[in-house]
Amino acid sequence: METAEKKYTFKDFTSDQEVRWCPGCDDYVILRSMQKALPDMGVKREDVVFISGIGCSSRFPYYMNTYGMHSIHGRAPGIASGVKLANPDLSVWIITGDGDAMAIGGNHFIHVLRRNIDLNIVLFNNEIYGLTKGQFSPTSLVGQKTKSSPYGNIQQPFSPGELAMGAQARFFARIGGNNPKDMTNIFIESHKFKGTSLIEVLQNCVIFNDGCFKSVTDKTVKEDQQIYLEHGKPMIFGKERNKGLILNGLKLEVVTIGENGITQEDLLVHNAKEQDPTLHQMLIRLQYPVATGVIRSFDDITLEERMDDVTKQVKANSNFKKTDDLFFSGETYEVK
Amino acid sequence: MITAKIKGQPEALEAVIIRFVGDSGDGMQLTGTQFSDTSAMFGNDIATFPNYPSEIRAPQGSLYGVSGFQVHIGSVEISTPGDEVDLLVAMNPAGLKTNLHAVKPGHTIIVDTDSFTKKNLEKAQYETNPLEDNSLENYRVIEVSMTSLTKESLKGVEGLDNKSITRSKNMFALGMVYWMYDRSTEHTEDFFNKKFKSKPNVIEANTRVLKAGFNYANTLELIPNSYTISPAKMAPGTYRIIMGNTATAWGFLAAAEKSGLELFLGSYPITPATDILHELVKHKHFGVKAFQAEDEIAGIASAIGASFAGDLAITTTSGPGLALKGEALGLAMMIELPLVVVNVQRGGPSTGLPTKTEQSDLLQAMYGRNGESPVIVIAASTPADCFDFAFEASKLALEHMTPVILLTDGYIANGSAPWKIHSVDDMPEIKNNLVNEVKENWHPYNRNEDTLARNWAIPGTPGLEHRVGGLEKDSVTGNVSYVPENHEYMTKIRAEKIKRVQNYIPDVEVEFAQTGDLLVIGWGGTYGSLHSAVKQINKEGYDKIGFAHFNYINPLPKNTRQVLARFKKVVVCELNNGQFSKVLSNNFNGCEFIQFNKIQGLPFGNTELIEKFKQLVQ
Repeated sequence: METAEKKYTFKDFTSDQEVRWCPGCDDYVILRSMQKALPDMGVKREDVVFISGIGCSSRFPYYMNTYGMHSIHGRAPGIASGVKLANPDLSVWIITGDGDAMAIGGNHFIHVLRRNIDLNIVLFNNEIYGLTKGQFSPTSLVGQKTKSSPYGNIQQPFSPGELAMGAQARFFARIGGNNPKDMTNIFIESHKFKGTSLIEVLQNCVIFNDGCFKSVTDKTVKEDQQIYLEHGKPMIFGKERNKGLILNGLKLEVVTIGENGITQEDLLVHNAKEQDPTLHQMLIRLQYPVATGVIRSFDDITLEERMDDVTKQVKANSNFKKTDDLFFSGETYEVK
Repeated sequence: MITAKIKGQPEALEAVIIRFVGDSGDGMQLTGTQFSDTSAMFGNDIATFPNYPSEIRAPQGSLYGVSGFQVHIGSVEISTPGDEVDLLVAMNPAGLKTNLHAVKPGHTIIVDTDSFTKKNLEKAQYETNPLEDNSLENYRVIEVSMTSLTKESLKGVEGLDNKSITRSKNMFALGMVYWMYDRSTEHTEDFFNKKFKSKPNVIEANTRVLKAGFNYANTLELIPNSYTISPAKMAPGTYRIIMGNTATAWGFLAAAEKSGLELFLGSYPITPATDILHELVKHKHFGVKAFQAEDEIAGIASAIGASFAGDLAITTTSGPGLALKGEALGLAMMIELPLVVVNVQRGGPSTGLPTKTEQSDLLQAMYGRNGESPVIVIAASTPADCFDFAFEASKLALEHMTPVILLTDGYIANGSAPWKIHSVDDMPEIKNNLVNEVKENWHPYNRNEDTLARNWAIPGTPGLEHRVGGLEKDSVTGNVSYVPENHEYMTKIRAEKIKRVQNYIPDVEVEFAQTGDLLVIGWGGTYGSLHSAVKQINKEGYDKIGFAHFNYINPLPKNTRQVLARFKKVVVCELNNGQFSKVLSNNFNGCEFIQFNKIQGLPFGNTELIEKFKQLVQ
């Protein structure tokens, strides 16, 4: 990927289309965070491609002044994979939601993660279908009352992070939809990471599932309810910065610095680059505090690198330079 | 059971049809392929037809586990694998039972008597041994204890287990047939030397058995005559034997080279299309990017992505896969990107008859998408011209900025025939609609005035950043538009774009009678069957019968109506329940189309066609 010479601002990435999400939707925060992150990625505007599926989130490409495709429901990972394999110099982003990625597109979602093509997936998780006006989604909670579950949802939800880990994801981050500052940084981290990265945004739907993440993301509680993880730093959280995580047997435990002889040295230090996903999985599952930030970022060879290696090897060892070399090779015969 | 009447001098024949049958593990496909390759090298025209069960290894000796390979060779033009056979080589009772009906009375059957055991006869549901109950008295049966002779000939070869010894008996049969038709064993020996390079004992074993069969036929008094078939008269040039699926794959390689674009294949395995994937993954030396996706939908989705990014993008499948690709194909149509979808048709509906041939996806190709969604539909007609039509499909897609569906079928995809090799230098130019300059008032939906193709601005091009999508778009800016008049206008533009392809495709040709009593119409993979039937009936004096074969289905060639008007009757022959006939009826009001349909998973037979044509002109 070539580096941009020109210094862009967020305006360079803003298209002339009127944004049509509901007033107050977290999608505006995500859009603006992306437009702000792109100038700091150092990538040329013409090398950026946004591919989306179907759903509220999937209108996103229309609002970005880059190349983009608003495709069909659930299939953005396939299309994005084709774009990236055709031209590995591009910075390719998949914009998707919980229904698009995990219901109709579930198959593509797990396979794109498994393959590790250098793609960035932004998953707008609002635990509801918005565009079809309020049915439960694969991340809706049991008991959640929606248009298609008037007596309460009876289906067990997926946890996007756990599903991703099961599919061998190398990069997973989570962030609140009302936190543009950290979100911008995470987008930049995701861009830098070579491989498929998945960012789960806990996105509030003001109309059909308002307040679904309030107990975690609300400004008044977020410091106590979330732990923002940074590679190489101790796992500390809380308004007073006095709470932390330790490993007690096979479980993560919340401790308070200064109580029971606990000091900062006793806390776990976050290692996002660890290959073994065990601790990352435990962090993803944690209910209190909810882990945000880049939880996993394990460097691994990408599919396009492997493809390139094989192609180079085959080319070096082959006598076939043009198709004629193939067509006239082997068992041919003359008719006179 | 060899009677006196067949004794005599070596016969000179114009053409002969041979069928090798046995268990699906008996190596019948290899035997048949070797015989056809050798004959082609000798200069014969050939056509082949493999017929095998969908079970990879069906229970040994069972009726449904029979695998067969038919080859038609001749000193004259051969256009089909033929229907009735002159020589049947049956490696077991089940093979004999399921194929006897195809043998011309009085003609030859070679059997391996060692396989006619009580157990195998029971599995083949024979109550009595057909070799002993006179039920074969209308045929000349050559009984050979092939298994024992094979074992005998391998005495002293080290390092072979019992199983591999028994399995090489197919080479004994091949050796016999080589002698009968005056063929050298050289080509097959070369094949062993290459294939088993690192296993000298396997080379020796196979060569020995092959020669043993050849010599056995030579010395055995029971085989009274041999046959000679001279080389056929074919256009001068360099030839090779090619399978339809390989020809399809190579057509795309040629198109990529000619257009200067990289080839991207997104595919998911499905019978009988998978061999195109197998072939293209080999050719990384040409930079081919072949991506085996997680399903049919991801296969086409990745191809759409690659097309958006500027590759020559294709996806390959068969009927059920095309159904799964429908929505994505609609997207490609809507965003007007070049894309080729190959459908190697098989018996349907649903899972249908995966290893059998049929032409029943024509209407799916034409209409199988939501909304008003026209695409170009073309069809190849022989194993060799799969090359031309894969090339043509790519050319049309790139020049007209649209998806193209290329229909082939199991019959031509698995069949093989001589192909006069096309150098890429001799193929027509392929233009494209790529743009890389920023011009004032540039819009992604600016169109070429003649073709109506929109321009193709690919990511990485500065200043042409734009968004496309499945939503309806404004005819000028390409932005999302719900304006009623705009939607109607865009729907008509998309239809008109496909219609105008008529200006760029050849007229349909009429062979044999140019006007007269009956026009025989076919499309796609039935060309060989229909051509040879019409040729034969003309020879018999029915010289008012013409033949028009269609490779361009949507749009139809410009001269179609004019051709139809030249004949009193028109019969549309197809391997489905009348789908092309429906397409023609839709397009040509007032014409009557007689249908001749066959829906048995098999190609047309010569006899049934000729009977039908005679009945229609009587």
